Amino acid sequence: MLLQPLAGIGGKANGLFSRVGLAGRFLLETVYYSGMCLRRPRLVIKEIYFVGVLSLAIIVVSGLFVGMVLGLQMYDTLDRFGSGEVVGMVVALSLVRELGPVLSAILFASRAGSAVTAEIGLMRATEQISAMEMMAIQPIARVVTPRFWAGVISLPLLTSIFNVTGILGGYLVAVNLLGVDGGMFWSEMQDSVDFRLDIMNGFDKSVIFAIAVSLVAVFEGYHATATAEGVSRATTRTVVISALLVLGLDFVLTAFMFRGI
Amino acid sequence: MSADSSQSLLPDLLVEIRSVSFGYENNLVLRNIDLTVRRGQVVAILGPSGCGKTTLLRLIGGQLKPSRGEVMVDGLAVPQLDRDDLFQLRRKMGMLFQFGALFTDLSVFENVAFQMREHTDLPEEMITDLVLMKLHAVGLRGAHELMPAELSGGMARRVALARAIALDPMLILYDEPFAGLDPISLGVVSKLIRTLNDALGTTSVIVTHDVATSLDIVDYVYLISDGRVVAHGRVEEIRASSDPFVQQFIKGEADGPVAFHYPTGDYASMIFPGHGD
Amino acid sequence: MKYSMLDLWVGLFIVVGVAAIVFLSLRVANQTTLRANETYSVTAEFDNIGGLKVRAPVRSAGVTVGRIADIYLDTTTFKAVVKLEIEEQFPFSSDTSASILTAGLLGEQYVSLQAGVDTETLSDGDDIWLTSSAMVLENLISNFMFNAASEGDQ
Ligand SMILES: Nc1ncnc2c1ncn2[C@@H]1O[C@H](COP(=O)(O)OP(=O)(O)OP(=O)(O)O)[C@@H](O)[C@H]1O
Ligand SMILES: [Mg+2]
Repeated sequence: MLLQPLAGIGGKANGLFSRVGLAGRFLLETVYYSGMCLRRPRLVIKEIYFVGVLSLAIIVVSGLFVGMVLGLQMYDTLDRFGSGEVVGMVVALSLVRELGPVLSAILFASRAGSAVTAEIGLMRATEQISAMEMMAIQPIARVVTPRFWAGVISLPLLTSIFNVTGILGGYLVAVNLLGVDGGMFWSEMQDSVDFRLDIMNGFDKSVIFAIAVSLVAVFEGYHATATAEGVSRATTRTVVISALLVLGLDFVLTAFMFRGI
Repeated sequence: MSADSSQSLLPDLLVEIRSVSFGYENNLVLRNIDLTVRRGQVVAILGPSGCGKTTLLRLIGGQLKPSRGEVMVDGLAVPQLDRDDLFQLRRKMGMLFQFGALFTDLSVFENVAFQMREHTDLPEEMITDLVLMKLHAVGLRGAHELMPAELSGGMARRVALARAIALDPMLILYDEPFAGLDPISLGVVSKLIRTLNDALGTTSVIVTHDVATSLDIVDYVYLISDGRVVAHGRVEEIRASSDPFVQQFIKGEADGPVAFHYPTGDYASMIFPGHGD
Repeated sequence: MKYSMLDLWVGLFIVVGVAAIVFLSLRVANQTTLRANETYSVTAEFDNIGGLKVRAPVRSAGVTVGRIADIYLDTTTFKAVVKLEIEEQFPFSSDTSASILTAGLLGEQYVSLQAGVDTETLSDGDDIWLTSSAMVLENLISNFMFNAASEGDQ
C-alpha cells in the first residue's frame, strides 16, 4: 500500500528509460540513413529554410533585447564599483558562454522544433508515412534525416547570430545610452573573452544543443500517436523536453568546460 | 465455388492468403481468411464498414503481420521478408489509401512524380510527360500546380489514384477508390481501373462497399463480414447467388444476416441504466 | 515559394551565420590561446598568491607576454606553485624576478616579470627563483595597526 506511489514512479522511470533507449536507436538510424541528404542536398536546403531562415526574426529580436537588458542591468551594478566600462566584457561573456546557446536552443525548440514535430506527426496521422513505406521509400531517410540535419546546421548559426545581435544590443545601451566609451567597451571585451575557452566552448555547446533539440523534435513527431490529440501532445512534449534537456545539458557542459575558471 | 480450390493450385496466383487471422491487441478482426488473386484479374473485396477490409490490404502490403496463417505475394511469404526484400516487393505494388494520404507539402505534380524521382533516374522531361499523362488519365491535368489542400475530396482521391499507378505496378491495391466521386468521375475512374489493368497486364484488388459499380468492372468477388469470407465467386455467380447475406448486401437492406450496429449491449439498458434489472 | 528564392534565402542565412562566427572570433575574442604551441612554460613559487587566478595575464613593463596556465599547492613546502605560459617571442633572462601585483586598487591580480641581467634565458620547464608574493590587504592593514599601536605605546 505504502509502496504504491513508488511503484508508480518505478513504472514511469521504466517508461522513461525505454524511451531514451528508443531515441538512441532512432538517432543511430537517422545517422545511418543520412546518405540521402548527401545525395540530395536540396532536401536539406528546403528544411534549412523552414527551421533556420524562418527562425531568424525571433532570434534577432530576442538577441537584441537580451543584450540591451544585460547592458542596462550590468552597467548599474558595475558602475557602483566605478568600472562601468567592463560592461562589454560582462555582456559578451554571459552571452557567449551561457545565454546565447541556451536561449537560442529554447527559442529554436519552440519556433522550429515544435513545427517539425507537428509536421511529421501530421504526416503520420494522415498516413503519409505509411504511404511512403508502401512506396518502398524509407521515411526516416526521406522525412526525418533532412529535418534533423537542417536543425543541426541551423541552430549553431542562429546562436552565433543571437550572440552578435546581443553584443550589439549591449553596445547600443552602454555606449549610445549610458555613455560608456566605445573603445573601452570593445577592448575590455577583447581582453577577457578568449577564443578557445569562450567562443569555441560556446559554439560546441550550441552544436550539442542542436543535436539534442533536433533529435527530440523528429523523434516526438515520428512516434506521435496518429491523431490530432496525439500530435498536439507530441508538440508540447518537444518544447518541454527540449527546454529541460538543454538546461540539464548546459549544467553538465558548463561543469566540464569552465570548471575552475 | 469448389472450382476455385482447384484454381488456387495454379502457378499464376499473384496473391494467396491462407487461413489468416489477425487482431489489433485483443480485438480479433480477421478470422481464418482464405483469398486468392490470379494474375491479370480485377478482384473486389466487398464488405460492410469495419469488417477488416483495410486491414486485409495492409496484410498484403506487409504493413501488418498476421497472427496466424500465411500471406504470399508473387510467390514470396510477405510476413517473413526482411526490410530490403519487402521494399523490393513493394516497388512492384501501388496502393491507393482510403484517405488519399497525399503528401501535403508537395504539389499535385510532385505527388505523382514522387516515386519516379525516388526510384528512377528518368530525365526531367520524361517525368513531366509521364506525370501529365497519369494526371490526364484521371482528368486532372489542369490541376497539376495545385497543392493538396486546394483540392476537393474527390479530386484528392483521383490524384492519389494517379500516384498509385505512377510506376505501372504489377499489383495495385485500391482502398475505396469510388468513395466521394461524382457520377461522371465514378464512371471514368472505374473504367480507368479496368482499362489500366488490361492494358498494362497488372492485377488489381479493389476494396469497396460500392457493390453496383464494382460488380460492373471486376472479374471475381469476395464478400467479407465479421472478419470472415462469407461468399466468393465470379460476378455472375454472385449476382445469381441465393445466399441471404449476398442478397442483403447487393440490395442494401438494413435487416438481414449482417448487423448494421457495431457489437454492443442492449440499447434500452444503455439509455436507461437499471431499466433492464 | 520557388526553389531559386528558397536557395537564395538559405544561402543568405548561411553567409550571415558564418559572418557572425567570424565576428565573434575576431572582434569579440582575443586569440592568445590559439597560439598555444608558440609558448614556453616556467614555474614560480610564491608564499601567498592572494587572489591570483588561472588565465590571469603575465605582464612585463605593462605589456602582456603570457597567461597563467595552472596554480597548485606544493604539499612539501606548502608554497603555491604557479605555472606561467610565456610567448616564444619574449625571451627572459634566467634571473628574472616575478611578483604578483594588482591592477588598480581593487582590480584583477596578475604576475609581473622584471627581467634581470643574466645572458642565459629561461627555457621550457625552468623555475623562477626570485619571487615576491601578493600584497594582501588584511596583512597590510594589520601591519599598519600593529605599528601604530607600538608607536602609541612609546
Ligand atoms: N490501428 C487500429 N487499432 C485497433 N483497432 C483497429 C485499428 N485499425 C482498425 N481497427 C479495428 O479493426 C476493425 C477493422 O478495421 P478496418 O479499417 O480494416 O475496416 P474496414 O473494413 O476498412 O472499414 P471501412 O470500410 O469503414 O474502411 C474495426 O473494427 C476497427 O475498429
Ligand atoms: Mg477501410
